[in-house]
Amino acid sequence: MAEDIKVIVFKLGTEEYGIEVEKVQTIERMMPITRVPKTYSFIKGVINLRGVVIPVIDLRGRFGIEEAEHTDQTRIIIVNVNEMEVGFIVDSANDVIDLNRDIIDVPPDVVGGIKAKYLDGVAKIGDDRLLIMLNLSEVLNKSEIVQLESLEG
Amino acid sequence: MDMNQYLSMFIDESNDHLQSLNESMMGLEANPEDLSIVQVIFRSAHTLKGMAATMGFEDLASLTHQMENVLDLVRNNKLRMQDFIFDTLFKSIDALESMVEDITGGGAGKADVTAIVSSLQAIVRGEVPSAGNASAEVTAAASGNASAAQVFLDEFQYSVLEQSLQEGHQVLYVDVAIRKDCQLKAVRAYMVFDLLERSGEVVKSFPSVQDIEQEKFDYGFSLYYITQKDASEIQKMILNLSEIEAVTAVALDQESLRQMGQDTAAATAEAPAPAPVQEAAPAAAGNASPAASLHPKEENGKAAPARAGGAPSPSRTIRVDIERLDVLMNLFSELLIDRVRLEQLASEVQNGDLTETVEHMGRVSGDLQNIVMKLRMVPVDTVFNRFPRMIRDLAKSLDKKVDLIITGADTELDRTVIDEIGDPLVHLLRNAVDHGIESIADRVAAGKPETGTVQLRAFHSGNHVFIEIEEDGKGIYPKNVLASAVKKGAITQEQANTMSDDEAYQLLFAPGFSTAEVISDVSGRGVGLDVVKAKISSLGGNVTIYSTPGKGTNFSVQLPLTLSIIAAMLVRLGSEKYAIPLSSIVETGIVKQAQIRTIHGNRMLEFRGSHIPLVSLSKIFSVPDYDESTEEETEIVVVRKGERLVALAVQDFIGQNEIVIKNLGKYLPEVQGISGATILGDGQVALIIDPNAFIK
Repeated sequence: MAEDIKVIVFKLGTEEYGIEVEKVQTIERMMPITRVPKTYSFIKGVINLRGVVIPVIDLRGRFGIEEAEHTDQTRIIIVNVNEMEVGFIVDSANDVIDLNRDIIDVPPDVVGGIKAKYLDGVAKIGDDRLLIMLNLSEVLNKSEIVQLESLEG
Repeated sequence: MDMNQYLSMFIDESNDHLQSLNESMMGLEANPEDLSIVQVIFRSAHTLKGMAATMGFEDLASLTHQMENVLDLVRNNKLRMQDFIFDTLFKSIDALESMVEDITGGGAGKADVTAIVSSLQAIVRGEVPSAGNASAEVTAAASGNASAAQVFLDEFQYSVLEQSLQEGHQVLYVDVAIRKDCQLKAVRAYMVFDLLERSGEVVKSFPSVQDIEQEKFDYGFSLYYITQKDASEIQKMILNLSEIEAVTAVALDQESLRQMGQDTAAATAEAPAPAPVQEAAPAAAGNASPAASLHPKEENGKAAPARAGGAPSPSRTIRVDIERLDVLMNLFSELLIDRVRLEQLASEVQNGDLTETVEHMGRVSGDLQNIVMKLRMVPVDTVFNRFPRMIRDLAKSLDKKVDLIITGADTELDRTVIDEIGDPLVHLLRNAVDHGIESIADRVAAGKPETGTVQLRAFHSGNHVFIEIEEDGKGIYPKNVLASAVKKGAITQEQANTMSDDEAYQLLFAPGFSTAEVISDVSGRGVGLDVVKAKISSLGGNVTIYSTPGKGTNFSVQLPLTLSIIAAMLVRLGSEKYAIPLSSIVETGIVKQAQIRTIHGNRMLEFRGSHIPLVSLSKIFSVPDYDESTEEETEIVVVRKGERLVALAVQDFIGQNEIVIKNLGKYLPEVQGISGATILGDGQVALIIDPNAFIK
């Protein structure tokens, strides 16, 4: 039996995603964002999180999904990976579940249009829930972004 | 036991002790007979040894142990400090420093110190190579004294004695031995002094007057004495006192006196009761120090050497991790934001009690802000304290005489600036001693004193701290600088002809520029003043040179008080707010569209007789809701980088503000044109513009 992990569940569109709870610092409601010019389009800007300036990424933009209007449900998940503090804008975040590592499968090549390299695996909960576990280091990997940008630009 | 948790404490404390060792050694070198300084050095070395042994750094512990052996002999008067011992001890301290450095870098603190250890052991065995020995013996012979006791004179005392001789007085060297069964030897000694002072003046005694007073001597003492009476007469007078075993009084002539003056601190002598030699007797001719009295004031005598020995002032401090202070700062800025909100709410509610409370809270948090800021301030002393040693070594290796005078070491600067400013200052000081101060022969030829002076000054002025390095050396000749620049192809002859002196001095900061004819060991390591300038500029500071050819040069470094708080101009671009550092703003103004011309596709603006580029911030930053091109008149901010100016077009000026600089986080280390962010009073983040980015 592998161990249980706690996972924060959030939504982008209809998909459900998971981030290990240790990597999440807090979950905040939407707050004013100061735009930072001359940077990637998915970086929405910076916020003031209790005195610390933190960059905020629109996760939809990062994954190439069409960006959505912010609603009451919109949240900013502050994660801390590789000593980098970054906020993710997500459509909603309202669940913490225990997950057994055993039920996380290797990701299929294409899941919901998101490149497989951003994913750690997919967990099937119950009969019809699929939870996509994010590989945060890859999501925040900038060398790959630079490549993308230069291709697009 | 896991020692890792103590390692950082060990390193901090070791560095403190090493610094204290260095300082005390410098103090001792200036005043070699002050054994109280030796005590301070011994204690530091001893503590260091204990700590190193506990932490398992054997090499460190054994080297300090050898140092202790030497110091122990010195403090117990078995050994007299001299150049060779000083050099060996300084080398030991250097070795200790590199070991601690190694430990700081994660090493085991191992080092090959056999050479130093064997030198130290040789000293302990009494095998001291000494150039001064020969002449010391001559002196001893000249004094005709069986006792090997020597009294060393400082320059002042020596000149007093010499003058007395010239004026026809007798200068006597008197050695007094008190009977071993004497009960109150201090009283006997006092009677001798009293007697002598009736018919002359005691210039210097050995042990010092204070020590004799406190019975800190065995059964004998010696002194230099100026009188009109004959040596034999004095001898008889003293012998008439009871409980005096023997007296020898020898008249000195110019020759023997001169030798003694030269030998100061150069000889080893098994003095019967040597102890610190402080001041001459109070009545000594022209001696300006009233503190050394035969009678009370013991406190004074004790306290003074302790201070001279570099003992730290008893301010009580604790070590705090700088990151905790950053957290405190962050929490504090949050508090400030809440305060602004509270003030707004209170003004809406219009409740007297509430308004009063909020106002009081405002005052308290204002005071709190000052304190929080001050916590990060560190006196420049922490950087300056390593310079005396450096200048000493430098002067020795260049065979020059240099006095370093430090003033304003208590001037405070933000920790972030302190950490960065050390290297540029080292470079400027080396420069001053190497290139500035002339050789002894040149100085004498120029009619200057042999010893050159380097002044290191720090002081506050407005929102800046100035650090000045001024020497009385040969100065910089603008003509030579220009000639050298032309030769190197940095400028043309025509340019050189029209350059002012100040512009010529600025050339010294050009990359790869050095006026040194000969590349010496000290400078010429490929690091030029351009690096110094770049470093200081990166700190938001500035360097200026003032020089009077033949008289000396002054490098003046202007630094911001802190890197984390700056004065800035807040500007609006549509709905966005940006901060522009005040230090780079030349002026602000309004221009009409008609004044803007296009030259080679670049928009230019006439500004004070010349054309400067106009940069559209809204275009560069692609501001969504503002574009100045539709406006009849545009607000501009003229910013400077060195000599170049650029006008930035903005929508509105909001005003001047003190802002706390924050970085954009690790994920966004560098954004073009943006140097950081700050949090405004309403909690919003405003970006700080880096004006340098717009100036190529």
